[in-house]
Amino acid sequence: MRRYSIWSLARNARGHHEGWTEAWRSPEPKPEYDVVIIGGGGHGLATAYYLAAEHGIRNVAVVERGWLGGGNVARNTAIIRSNYLHDDSAFLYDKSLQLWRDLSGELNFNTMFSPRGLINLAHDKSGLVELARRVAALRLNGIRVSMIAPEEIARRIPALDCSTRAANPVLGGSWQEKAGIARHDAVAWGYARAADSRGVDIVQNCEVVGIRREGGRIAGVDTARGFIRARTVAIVAAGHSGVVAAMAGIRLPIASHTMQAYVSEPLKPFAHTVVMSPALVSLNQSDKGEIVIGMGTEEYNSYSQQGSLTHIEYVTQKMLELYPSFSRIRMLRKWGGIVDVSADASPVIGKTPVEGLYLNVGWGTGGFKAIPGSGWTFAHTLARGEPHPLVAPFGLERFHSGRMIGEHGASGSLERYK
Amino acid sequence: MLLITCPFCGPRDESEFACGGEAHIVRPADPAALTDAQWADYLFMRKNVKGVHFERWMHSHGCRRWFNAARDTVTHQFLAFYKMGEQAPDIAPVSYTARPAPRTDPALPADPALHTDREGAR
Ligand SMILES: Cc1cc2nc3c(=O)[nH]c(=O)nc-3n(C[C@H](O)[C@H](O)[C@H](O)COP(=O)(O)OP(=O)(O)OC[C@H]3O[C@@H](n4cnc5c(N)ncnc54)[C@H](O)[C@@H]3O)c2cc1C
Ligand SMILES: [Zn+2]
Repeated sequence: MRRYSIWSLARNARGHHEGWTEAWRSPEPKPEYDVVIIGGGGHGLATAYYLAAEHGIRNVAVVERGWLGGGNVARNTAIIRSNYLHDDSAFLYDKSLQLWRDLSGELNFNTMFSPRGLINLAHDKSGLVELARRVAALRLNGIRVSMIAPEEIARRIPALDCSTRAANPVLGGSWQEKAGIARHDAVAWGYARAADSRGVDIVQNCEVVGIRREGGRIAGVDTARGFIRARTVAIVAAGHSGVVAAMAGIRLPIASHTMQAYVSEPLKPFAHTVVMSPALVSLNQSDKGEIVIGMGTEEYNSYSQQGSLTHIEYVTQKMLELYPSFSRIRMLRKWGGIVDVSADASPVIGKTPVEGLYLNVGWGTGGFKAIPGSGWTFAHTLARGEPHPLVAPFGLERFHSGRMIGEHGASGSLERYK
Repeated sequence: MLLITCPFCGPRDESEFACGGEAHIVRPADPAALTDAQWADYLFMRKNVKGVHFERWMHSHGCRRWFNAARDTVTHQFLAFYKMGEQAPDIAPVSYTARPAPRTDPALPADPALHTDREGAR
């Protein structure tokens, strides 16, 4: 890997920037790998990277149906935080938050991680109680969060309607100082480049169409570019996890929905923190100045990557209720991603009934923040054949035992699982 | 926006309806006789079809009655509307999965599931 640095920038500037080489190869798939990862999103690429970097397993392929960064990894609103209610979630997401801090250095790729802090709003009494409970639980787990008063919220977010006549009155909020945002496609590219340089093959335009088993064991995957044999196969296909798991006869507690986001024209900096509200899922201002709005999921199952106009109308109304001064701002673009929402709004990570076949799915509306932590723990899981302690509670078996990890409130998944 | 035909009221805008998820999930007759895994399958596991999905809808801002529909989850096109208790119409499943390439491993028997459709409604 040619390292990126101030010197490489200067050298290439002298050559009119025509000398940059490709950041990763586009190899033909080999007939056999130790590990095949289905899905080249954030979680798949991070898993491949940590397999090579931490466990010395380099004979790995990431097999991607479309192009790298075409899935949710580059369709999200890039919010990173760890303020989840239950111990299991808080520890996993907080491990991830710790990894974010040094990620740019580790990958030699600027992920533009910007820990600018995050406010969660409460608009009614029950919401406030819920937030207070979550803050108390987090503090017991050693994660630094606090409650903040409406006056302080009004001071920090002048655009927010905090008046007594507001449609969504601001009764209070919680604050996580270490939360923030990052540049989402840089995360995909950074992990891809670092994994590739350690020998991982990233095979794009290679849809997995079948999962083959010999006895109760995994044998490999049939793809649009032929059969690939593997001793270990991991399903990390986000929105398509159910489709891929069905190829191995596995049913998942997951429904795929479209989630939308949209962005405005660039404005001067005015929103210095991320703001989440139960009425409107999220707002932050990108480094380019655009307001980025995350909108929550559509009601019905979908694989279309296109949200409905009904939902845009609803979200626009909510946005203007919260931020009346946005009425004259032009929204420029919107898009959708297919999110895999699980029954308890927590991911499903671990073994399957097929030996050698693993799952890392169900991240739903909130998996971007978890990419480093998920990749780090899941690589350990694949390398050892046993779940890393941080992800052990997240196995598929929890739906049998009833030990659910309900994170509907913290994840902002407002839709009921049906 | 979706145009949804309530079997009782006729075509109406999407905003009048609520979606109730996968249809035709039958509650087990004797839950106590099931294993935990079978009960979990009934409660939580879903087909999550990419293609023709049979699902429940309610005309929540209209007659407030439940009905079933068949809808393609990729195009969002509705293919049928029918009342609760009626049998699902016979609609050919659609597959959005690529065809596998011929490079096969001679040591392995071909996967019998591979050439049948795996995404449509079963
Ligand atoms: C609008 C929106 C906003 C969001 N906002 C946030 C946020 O602010 N914070 C946060 O933490 N999370 C957020 N999320 C959620 C987050 O983006 C996802 O949970 C996470 O990115 C999913 O993991 P991934 O990156 O691996 O998924 P993806 O990038 O979707 O990767 C899965 C890959 O699998 C591939 N694949 C599918 N089927 C096959 C097959 N058969 N063969 C081969 N490859 C296949 C797909 O093409 C895809 O590239 C948001 C999501 C959306 C849509
Ligand atoms: Zn009706």
